[in-house]
Amino acid sequence: MIILSGILVMVIGLMLRFNALLVVIAAGFVTGLSAGLSINEIVGAIGEAFVKNRYMSLFALVLPVIGIMERHGLRERAEILIGKIQAATAGRIFMIYLFVRQVTVALGISMSGLVAMVRPLISPMSEAAVAQGRPISQSTLDKIRGVAASTDNIGNFFGQNLFLAAGGLLLIKGVMEQLGYNVELTDMVLYGVPTAICAYIVSVIRFFIFDKTIQASVAQDEADMKAGKLVPNELNILVTPEELAKGGK
Amino acid sequence: MLELLYKMQPLDFVYLLVGIILVIFSIQSFVDKDHNHRIGTGLFWLLYGISFIFGSYMSKEINGWLVIAMAAIVLFKQLGKGNYFESAIDFKKMEALRIGNVIFIPALLVGIITFIIGFFTKLGALVGLAIASIIALCVALYITKAKVGQSFHEGRRLLDAIGWTAILSQLLAALGYLFNLAGVGKLISSMVASIVPADNVFLIVVAYCIGMAFFTMIMGNAFAAFAMITSAIGVPMLVAGHGANPAVIGPIAMLAGYCGTLMTPMAANFNIVPVALLEMKDTYGVIKAQIPVAIVMLTLNILLMYYFL
Repeated sequence: MIILSGILVMVIGLMLRFNALLVVIAAGFVTGLSAGLSINEIVGAIGEAFVKNRYMSLFALVLPVIGIMERHGLRERAEILIGKIQAATAGRIFMIYLFVRQVTVALGISMSGLVAMVRPLISPMSEAAVAQGRPISQSTLDKIRGVAASTDNIGNFFGQNLFLAAGGLLLIKGVMEQLGYNVELTDMVLYGVPTAICAYIVSVIRFFIFDKTIQASVAQDEADMKAGKLVPNELNILVTPEELAKGGK
Repeated sequence: MLELLYKMQPLDFVYLLVGIILVIFSIQSFVDKDHNHRIGTGLFWLLYGISFIFGSYMSKEINGWLVIAMAAIVLFKQLGKGNYFESAIDFKKMEALRIGNVIFIPALLVGIITFIIGFFTKLGALVGLAIASIIALCVALYITKAKVGQSFHEGRRLLDAIGWTAILSQLLAALGYLFNLAGVGKLISSMVASIVPADNVFLIVVAYCIGMAFFTMIMGNAFAAFAMITSAIGVPMLVAGHGANPAVIGPIAMLAGYCGTLMTPMAANFNIVPVALLEMKDTYGVIKAQIPVAIVMLTLNILLMYYFL
């Protein structure tokens, strides 16, 4: 039972809002020590896994491109473009993106959609569609960005096993064979289809609801602004007057 | 030296490229006099760059101590923000009018080129992303007439906004690895298996799917959960016990695991890094957006597995 103490460290550490990075390291050491590993073995295990998983952090590649586009008005242009399309709502933008993401990942393309698509395109466009030029608060922005990121994850997760050589399917095959059962990739791929369709339908319903609730959030922002509780800063984000005095952050 | 180059896999070149970009960010931070923590921040990205460039050639202990050193920089709060020579909002609005919709081309190129390379060549999407970002950067520089150095300042602005979260995904993967070494998985799966009634098929399906989601939330990774929970519940109780088809329960259990991925901060690259990347205030904003969908999808996966059984 004592080897579960690392999980306890994680849960308590995150609940007390300590820095997640330090909590993870602490949990790693607690787990390793409770299993009888030496400090050197624990550090070695951390180093080995850290290097092996570098593929997770390739986003640095795209940052210079995104940065330079943002410097030259990418977000502002997205606002102009969305302003011209009367039918554009955040929910409809997510709906199109979810479809694209599911289809491309089903074709075997696992790209970093969050960096390559959501930050430069999907998020600013959906924000512009919600705001329609009105100032909105950080908490409203957070709700839009949260759903934008979730759209990418949902499309990725519930589309990837439709690809015949997906890592997930290969792993299932490997595990089943270890346990003495032979399974075919061509059979397994079929049983991912119902979930993929369900994920799209459930998300579309969610996007419809989101389009309604996010307008309530914008209305609340407007009421707060009229009451003087919030004021727009230079980026047209609503902040409290104290925050504005501190530099609008 | 040349021999080493021949031995390098395509992915090693991608890591080399990421490492070089990180080292450039690091040098820019070191010389940034307006930076509030230029030494700490510069050192952090330098160490990370070293891990990318030389990681495969150093011992695992040295790699581990590099990570501990980076954590120490975070512990002493030595990561900060600098001066990135950002453009004013009026300049951005003017540029939006001057450049027009052409500004979207580099953004679309990243996705399209990654797709083409990933789909039509054997290099894979990760190598595709690297090539795509180089081409997109060149196109972006041509369109905007910006300077190369400035593009790295802008990249550094985004990276400093992400901060220590940048390495969190890899560190959580390391934690999952340690959990595995310590035998956490075996212990939990035997605990789950001991409370499930062996004769009720529906309850076994529920336990298998929820076990996958729950264990994925702890490990942060459905792949790690799958081997454990399938060998503890899926195969002995459903396949051997009730004649279920392994080609049916395997994929659906994996998808149930993905529902867990949507709900856990342990899957940082999907759920926590985007919070930093999109400059959100609420650390759990992405998870909160995903929980309703994840719970509905988990329920549907349970029903689908039971139906196809």
